[in-house]
Amino acid sequence: MLTLAWKNLFHDKVRLVVTLVGIVFALVLILIQFGLFLSFMDTSANIVEHSRADLWISSPKIPHVNGGSPMAESQRWKALQVPGVQRADRFILAWVPWKLPSGAIEQVQVAGFLLDGDMGRPWNIVAGSVEALRAEDTVIVDEIYKEKLGVTRLGQVVEMSGRRARVVGFTHGIRSFTTSPYIFTSFKNALNYSPGMTEKDTVYFHIRVAPGFTPAQVKRSLQQMLPQFDIYTNDEMLSKTRTYWVFETGAGITTLMGAILGLIVGIVVVAQTIYAATVDHIREFGTLKAMGASNMRIYEVILAQAAMSAVIGYTFAIAIAYFVSQGSQGGNAPIALPPQVAAGTLLLAIGMCAGASIISIRKATTIDPAMVFRG
Amino acid sequence: MIEIRNLVKTYGKGSAAVHALNGVDFDVAAGEVVMLMGPSGSGKTTLLSAMGCILQATSGSIQIDGREIVGLPESKLPRIRLEHFGFIFQGFNLFPALTARENVELSLKLKGVSSSQCRRRATELLEQVGLGDKLKTHPADLSGGQKQRIAIARALAGDPPIILADEPTAALDSHSGQTVMELLTALARQRQRAVVVVTHDNRVLHYADRTVHIADGRIANHFEEGRTAA
Repeated sequence: MLTLAWKNLFHDKVRLVVTLVGIVFALVLILIQFGLFLSFMDTSANIVEHSRADLWISSPKIPHVNGGSPMAESQRWKALQVPGVQRADRFILAWVPWKLPSGAIEQVQVAGFLLDGDMGRPWNIVAGSVEALRAEDTVIVDEIYKEKLGVTRLGQVVEMSGRRARVVGFTHGIRSFTTSPYIFTSFKNALNYSPGMTEKDTVYFHIRVAPGFTPAQVKRSLQQMLPQFDIYTNDEMLSKTRTYWVFETGAGITTLMGAILGLIVGIVVVAQTIYAATVDHIREFGTLKAMGASNMRIYEVILAQAAMSAVIGYTFAIAIAYFVSQGSQGGNAPIALPPQVAAGTLLLAIGMCAGASIISIRKATTIDPAMVFRG
Repeated sequence: MIEIRNLVKTYGKGSAAVHALNGVDFDVAAGEVVMLMGPSGSGKTTLLSAMGCILQATSGSIQIDGREIVGLPESKLPRIRLEHFGFIFQGFNLFPALTARENVELSLKLKGVSSSQCRRRATELLEQVGLGDKLKTHPADLSGGQKQRIAIARALAGDPPIILADEPTAALDSHSGQTVMELLTALARQRQRAVVVVTHDNRVLHYADRTVHIADGRIANHFEEGRTAA
C-alpha cells in the first residue's frame, strides 16, 4: 500500500507541487513566527536570565525588570542580616540618553554592576574586558548596536547622559527587547550616568543565597525584614518581565497568533489538496474496496500520502527556515530555531497532514464499491 | 459454486421503492461461462454486484461454495471478495500511477503475499495474457485491449474461483474483444473457474456455455448452447 501511496503522490506532479507549496508555506510561517516568539522570550528577560542572582530586591510594584525605581542603599545592611544571604550587590538598570555622532539622542539602558561581584555582569564578551570598566567613564556595548549607536571601535569616546563615555568592550548577542540597547558599566560609573541618583541609591539588590539555604526560604525571611520592598526569585523576575513584554504588550501574542494562523492555513491548504487528490482517486479506492481491501487499507494509503507530503514539505520548510534564521542573527529580531523546535515541527507537520486527511478518510469510508461498475 | 435463490434488492422505501432484483434464482457452476444480458436498468449489474458481495441484497439467499453471504455484516465482505472473486470492469479500473506489473501485484499484496512472490506471479500472469514485454509500462501507454488483459491478469492474480466481468469487451475493438473472451473461456475450461460476464455485445455470445436474459429484475429466460432452457 505504501508503494501505491508513493506512486499516487508522484504521479500527478502538478498536484504534488501545489500540496508541497501549501505545506512549506504553512511550516515556514509556523517556524518563523514561533522562532520570533522564542527569541522574544529570550530577549525580553536576558538581563535577568544571565544575572546569576538568586533573588532580586526591588522597589514595590515594578511592572518588569526595566521598570525599577531607586531605593536607599542602606537597605543592603538589613538584607545582609538575614540568615542565608551571602551577598547583596547593588545593581542599576536605568534609562539614559545617548548622543549619536549626528547629534541626535537615542535612549539606552545603563546596566551598572559591582565589579567585585559576579552578578549582573555582561556575557559573551568578544572584545575588550570587564576589568577595563574599573576606569572612570567606561562602557561596554553590544556589537549588534554599533551602527545604531554610532560606535565603530574600541576606545571610541561617546557621550551618554551628558558625560563622556569610552567604549572598552564589545559583547555579542545581548539584545534588548525594547529599542534601547543595554550599556554595561561599573556600578560606580552607572551612578554618574543616572540622573537623580546618588551614592546612597540603588535600583536593585542582587542577592546570592548561602549554601544550605534555598532561595524560597531566604525570600520569605527577606520579605519579613524588608516588608516595604518586593523580593523576587530570579525565576519570578524572569517570568514577570517576560509576561509583561511578550504577553502584556501584545508582541508575543501577535507572533503566536501568526504561528497559529500558519497552522490553520496549513491544515486548510493541505486538507483541500489531499481531499482533491482523494476525489481524483476515488474510483481507484472504490476498485481497491471491490478487490477486497478493507477500509483500513484505504486509510493506510491516504495517511501514507499525507505523511509523505508532510516529510517532503518539512524538508524544504526547515531548509528555508534555517537560512532565514541564520540571516536574522545579526539583526534586531533574530529567529530562534532550536533543535527541539525543528523536531517538534516535523511531528506537527505530520499531525497537520494527518489531521487534514480526516475529511478524505471520511470520503473514502463512504465509497460505494458498486461505483466501480458504473461506466 | 454460486447458488442464488429468490434474491431481492430494493432501493428506497414505501411508494418510492424500486425493485432492482425481484426474486432472482440463478446458479453458476465451476468451469462454466455464463453471459448475463438484458436492457439497461434490467438489474444485471445489480445481480453481479450482489453475487460479488459488493452490494448487500435486501432478502433471499446467495451461497458461495455453500456459504451464505446475504445478511453478513459489512465488515466480513471484503475478506470474502478477496478470497472468492476476481473482478473485471468495463472501464478497466487500473491504477494509472502503477505499471502493468504493479497493478497485478496489488491484488496479491492485498492477500498478504510476499513482495518477491508478488513480482514473480505478476510477471507470469502478464506473460500468460501476452503482455510479458509490457511489465513496466503504465496503463496510459497501452491500448484498450492491453489494459483489459492487465485487468484480467489482476483478476486472476489471487487465484479466485469466480471471475465477475462487467462489459469487459464494451470499450474494445472486435479483435481485442475476441482475445479477452478467449482468455476468459480458457480460464473457465482449463482451471475450472466460474466466469460470469455481463454484456451487451452479441459478438461474444458464442463463447458462453449459457446466456441468461434478465428483465425488470427477474430472470427472463436461459439459453444453453443456442437453445432456450427456461
